[in-house]
Amino acid sequence: MKREEIYERLNEVFRDVFDDESITVADETTAADVEGWDSLIHITLIEAVEEEFDIRFDMKTVVKLKNVGEMVDVIDKKCSV
Amino acid sequence: MKELQYPFDSGYIIKKKKSIKRQLLGSGKKFIEKKIAVLGGSTTHDIIAIMDLFLLDQGIKAEFYESEYAMYWEDVMFENEELKAFSPDIIYIHTSNRNIRNFPLQGMTKEEVNSCLEADYQHFLKLWEKAKADYNCPIIQNNFEYPYYRLLGNSDATDIHGRVRYINRLNEKFATYAEETEDFFIQDINYLSSTYGLDVWSNPLYWHMYKYSLAMEAIPLLAFSVSNIIKSIYGKNKKSLVLDLDNTLWGGIIGDDGVENIEIGPETSMGQVYAEFQTYIKAQKDIGVILNIASKNEEENALAGLNHPDSVLKPDDFIDIKANWDPKSKNVEDIARELNLLPESFVFVDDNPAEREIVSAQLDMPAPEIGSVEDYIRVIDRSGFFEVTKLSADDAKRNKMYKENMERMKLEASFADYGEYLLSLDMKGTIKGFEPIYLDRIAQLTNKSNQFNLTTKRYTRAEIEKVSASDEYIDLYGKLEDKFGDNGVVSVVIGHINGDILNMDLWIMSCRVLKRDMEYAMMDELVSKALAKGIKTIKGYFYPTAKNKMVKEFYKQMGFEKLSEDESGNTVWEFKVKDSYKKQNNYIKVN
Repeated sequence: MKREEIYERLNEVFRDVFDDESITVADETTAADVEGWDSLIHITLIEAVEEEFDIRFDMKTVVKLKNVGEMVDVIDKKCSV
Repeated sequence: MKELQYPFDSGYIIKKKKSIKRQLLGSGKKFIEKKIAVLGGSTTHDIIAIMDLFLLDQGIKAEFYESEYAMYWEDVMFENEELKAFSPDIIYIHTSNRNIRNFPLQGMTKEEVNSCLEADYQHFLKLWEKAKADYNCPIIQNNFEYPYYRLLGNSDATDIHGRVRYINRLNEKFATYAEETEDFFIQDINYLSSTYGLDVWSNPLYWHMYKYSLAMEAIPLLAFSVSNIIKSIYGKNKKSLVLDLDNTLWGGIIGDDGVENIEIGPETSMGQVYAEFQTYIKAQKDIGVILNIASKNEEENALAGLNHPDSVLKPDDFIDIKANWDPKSKNVEDIARELNLLPESFVFVDDNPAEREIVSAQLDMPAPEIGSVEDYIRVIDRSGFFEVTKLSADDAKRNKMYKENMERMKLEASFADYGEYLLSLDMKGTIKGFEPIYLDRIAQLTNKSNQFNLTTKRYTRAEIEKVSASDEYIDLYGKLEDKFGDNGVVSVVIGHINGDILNMDLWIMSCRVLKRDMEYAMMDELVSKALAKGIKTIKGYFYPTAKNKMVKEFYKQMGFEKLSEDESGNTVWEFKVKDSYKKQNNYIKVN
């Protein structure tokens, strides 16, 4: 899957979860950049991303994610195997 | 909303909960408002958010109190101004096996294990009793899911040190308490987690990462299940099934295939699966669900199918059988009218998605996606339409009563004069102050009656008990029998006394005894009680809802004078109590 394609689907997930059509995320985006992205909604976000790409993040991966770019790296890796 | 009906897509609900909530609130649907305290032994944030959606879909707009993280016990046991001020209508205690504090250790004696069990039970028992004493509201408590690992393997279920055995014993104690306690309900997450799959449900990632006791993806199922208990407590269960015949209750199309070729009964595997479904449907009668048929068929063929020797369901099991070529939505509407029930209290069961679509869209009733025949039972069962929180003796008899009503309708048609018909019914009424054996039924009736209901005030069993014990109220229940059978308790009246004025808090009657003069008999008894208590004036109140138009002029009919009406249609009425009052009921022999 191309990175752009991952971003396209990921943006949809963010828009659904935050119920905000104006959201667009990029590699450098972190929780601080999106209004309402707290630890509680983070859980929903992870679930929704897993569902969208039909993958599971293991604990070690989730605790280490620093920004959206790293999440996309993981999705890319999981989807290409 | 379709997205919230079983079988629902949990991922979709989790992801879209904000926009789903927006849609529900903007749907123009009427809600009752309830305050729900969720006391958690683990994180409850998303449990509340998703419960909120299911409750809205069931017509309940909830305001929530959420305990601080894992403070389910402390919040009740210690002084809690915030919870007191919140004054919950329902307390939901969401705990899990992560909250069991005294799991037995290997090497403990039997007595030591027993005292662990007792300690864990007492911990909860104290909580429930304190909550009941302080808040006097229904309590819903999770039982425990099985542990996700078994130190002793299969012996974990038999050895007293095993956690599986321990949880079974603790759950049994919870069940015994629930059996003996009013307004206390167990949410069976032991069953829920097993249907979901314990490995997924108990994925430890969610505990260690977020302190959720269950996987996020299982939360909608948990929330749906608790919302079913709550809507059942508030009388929002469905009451009746309308079933299709061909390929729903038997395999094949009877009009084309002939009665000898439909698939029902032990001869073939297809016949067996339909027979099992029929057995499941037949059992619904025992919990008071009313069965009806709406089928596109010649009536003769429909009856021939139900009279098939292997058909578990017989024509007699149904109250209303509509077999014709009219649109199903019309037939379902007719059934609702004939039974005096609102369309929304029905569930439509049909294998044909197009029929489901039309009926659910036109009549605002669920038409579950029942899937293939082997899925029928599961889908209907898990949907929780008829979630049982309180089974009264009347529930078991309900089908019989509706059947008798149909016979009355036939008799009525044979009389030219309505009064003669009423006399021929040979009616006997019992109208008295509340009595302990009827308190459950009375509370149930206050929550179920929507149409013949002047104030739509709902009472819990505890509140009914309070009214019954107090001198400040005049309370009456009315039971009606006739030559066809006993209708049970069908009317309830509650007024509170203020000096020489009686203010009517509640006046309800079951629609199955409409036009029988029961309301006049109730009025007569009310006046005689009022006279005995020195009441000079009875004040009646009518608060309009979407459903109670039929009683808009009720007090006028009873002889009250209208005092006022505000812009939303609320009316106040007055009745002067005099010794010269003449009884208005002429057809029912009372007491």
